[in-house]
Amino acid sequence: MSTDVTTPPVPAGPPPATDLRPAQPQESPGRRPSIGERLTQAAYLLILLAATAMFVYPLVWLVSASLKPKSQVFDNRLIPRQVQWSNFVEVWNAGPVLRWLFNSTTVGLMAATAVTLSSALVAFGFAYFRFRGKNVLFGLVLSTMMLPGAVTMVPVYLIWNKLGFVDTQIPLWAPNLFGTAFYIFLLRQFFLGIPRELFEAARVDGCGYLRMFWRIALPLCRPALIIVFVFELKASWSDLMKPLIYLQTPDYFTMPRGLKQIVDGYALSGEYHWEIAMAATLLATLPMVLVFAFAQRYILDGIATTAKQG
Amino acid sequence: MSRARRGGGGAAGENRAGWLFISPWILGFVIFTAGPMVASLVLSFTDYSLVGETHGVGTANYARLVEDPRVAKSLTNTFVYALMFVPLGTVVALALAMLLARVGRAAGFFRTAFYLPEMTPAVAAGALFLLLLNGQTGLVNTVLGWFGITGPNWTTDPAWLKPSLAVVSLWSMGGTVVILLAALANVPRQLQEAALLDGAGPWRRFTNVTLPMISGAVFFAVITNTIAALQMFDQAYTMFYGPQQSSSASEESLVYMVYLFQNAFEFFDMGFASAMAWLLFGIIMIITAIQLKLGNRWVYYEGDRA
Repeated sequence: MSTDVTTPPVPAGPPPATDLRPAQPQESPGRRPSIGERLTQAAYLLILLAATAMFVYPLVWLVSASLKPKSQVFDNRLIPRQVQWSNFVEVWNAGPVLRWLFNSTTVGLMAATAVTLSSALVAFGFAYFRFRGKNVLFGLVLSTMMLPGAVTMVPVYLIWNKLGFVDTQIPLWAPNLFGTAFYIFLLRQFFLGIPRELFEAARVDGCGYLRMFWRIALPLCRPALIIVFVFELKASWSDLMKPLIYLQTPDYFTMPRGLKQIVDGYALSGEYHWEIAMAATLLATLPMVLVFAFAQRYILDGIATTAKQG
Repeated sequence: MSRARRGGGGAAGENRAGWLFISPWILGFVIFTAGPMVASLVLSFTDYSLVGETHGVGTANYARLVEDPRVAKSLTNTFVYALMFVPLGTVVALALAMLLARVGRAAGFFRTAFYLPEMTPAVAAGALFLLLLNGQTGLVNTVLGWFGITGPNWTTDPAWLKPSLAVVSLWSMGGTVVILLAALANVPRQLQEAALLDGAGPWRRFTNVTLPMISGAVFFAVITNTIAALQMFDQAYTMFYGPQQSSSASEESLVYMVYLFQNAFEFFDMGFASAMAWLLFGIIMIITAIQLKLGNRWVYYEGDRA
């Protein structure tokens, strides 16, 4: 009986997330930078500040435009000549925006919770156990990452249609209960980083597999779980295609689907209220900016980590 | 890695437990991947349309892929968009990451700022850029005007629709900067210093030391961005499609996924949409295979990670 066939092909788990901070300053201590070096540094900073303006200013513009009266939306002024808070009341007349925000929040939380728990369970199965067919199955997991969603889109719709779940939010999150290849891959890497002795010791103490997973593996991989949760929350919140496919009743819309409806509505009537559309756009964006504010470190380090493993 | 546990029926128990742990994925794979793949393949040989009778049509749907001029048009549009976005995005992201690697602690702030747009839902980004790219009074053309450049009618001139889409995508490519910055941070300093001692100039150091050391990350970014670009839907659909779009609307913004979506869920021509999906799958496989092949030639992997 060979024990080596099931040895994971990937060398080791990822380094702890804290190792992924940006590069530190490279001057050796004690030596003062010359004037030339300082000028170069200043030039770099200037270019980066210009780039920052390009990335961030559109969002500032958005905040400003959402507070302007209709006639001034396009004046490109940073501070509105007159601030029209009522846009955020009017947006309610354009569609049930609070309802949409609530829908997006519940769908996002369900999708993220489901995919985090299921992917972790499966990832632990692949990381810890030795069982027949494991390598083949894990190869299959990885290969599904190559498959464009378009291939399964129609038949999956037909399944939900048959089950009578079209025009409900269930199709938006329920598939996440079965894990997603990318997250399984990511979490497996983290689980492989846990010293196996830890589990062996728990086994000797009579700890069951499920308990081992729940009490040892999960707590040790908290940062990775947060990464997966936040990634999926963002993906689910931003998604347009599934809500377009599955939701027909405006009350069930998610925020992006609702926003699309508002913009389409103005285009159809020919009477554009861009100030209202921008208020809705801001409402669709702000929750994700808040998520980013709180989970920034996990998101940025998570992206850096995924690339290393790719 | 330690050795397998032996004895006490452990192996059999572990075998069963392993299967139990991965069972959710197996279930999901059968229901949401393998089953639908087979179904999609079968559908692609029928005229299935949700209502009415279904007939087998042989390879007619695949023949339509060749005959339907909108398939060719949408494919061309998608490639043109990808060819604008992926190379430009990679070069810009690399340049920004290289600058970030040189400014020490400040990099943390910039990294956050660059990533912020990625948190914006694509629909919101699309709606926002419809205004920013407005031909007459949009912010982008206003800024271009400062430099004496008369900007185009981005969102209405058929020739500028794909560049508009690329602009929106470029705005939200902070993730690529983050990936490349992390790779740059891992380039051993000794290598740079050794090259410096050997009298290598900045460009030589970049092409002979830095670039090979981060080629894996660059390659990863190119592949993932290409695959995403070929499947781009949200921005194009938000900005240029929907119930308001008239039949005379410009076809220059018709990317492949938009046309596929329209066939499947607006015209309910699901058999044809399935055939389109398999063509897309084939194209993605071929392009990825070519990139992997090219990648093997120039990507440098440390140690035995080939």
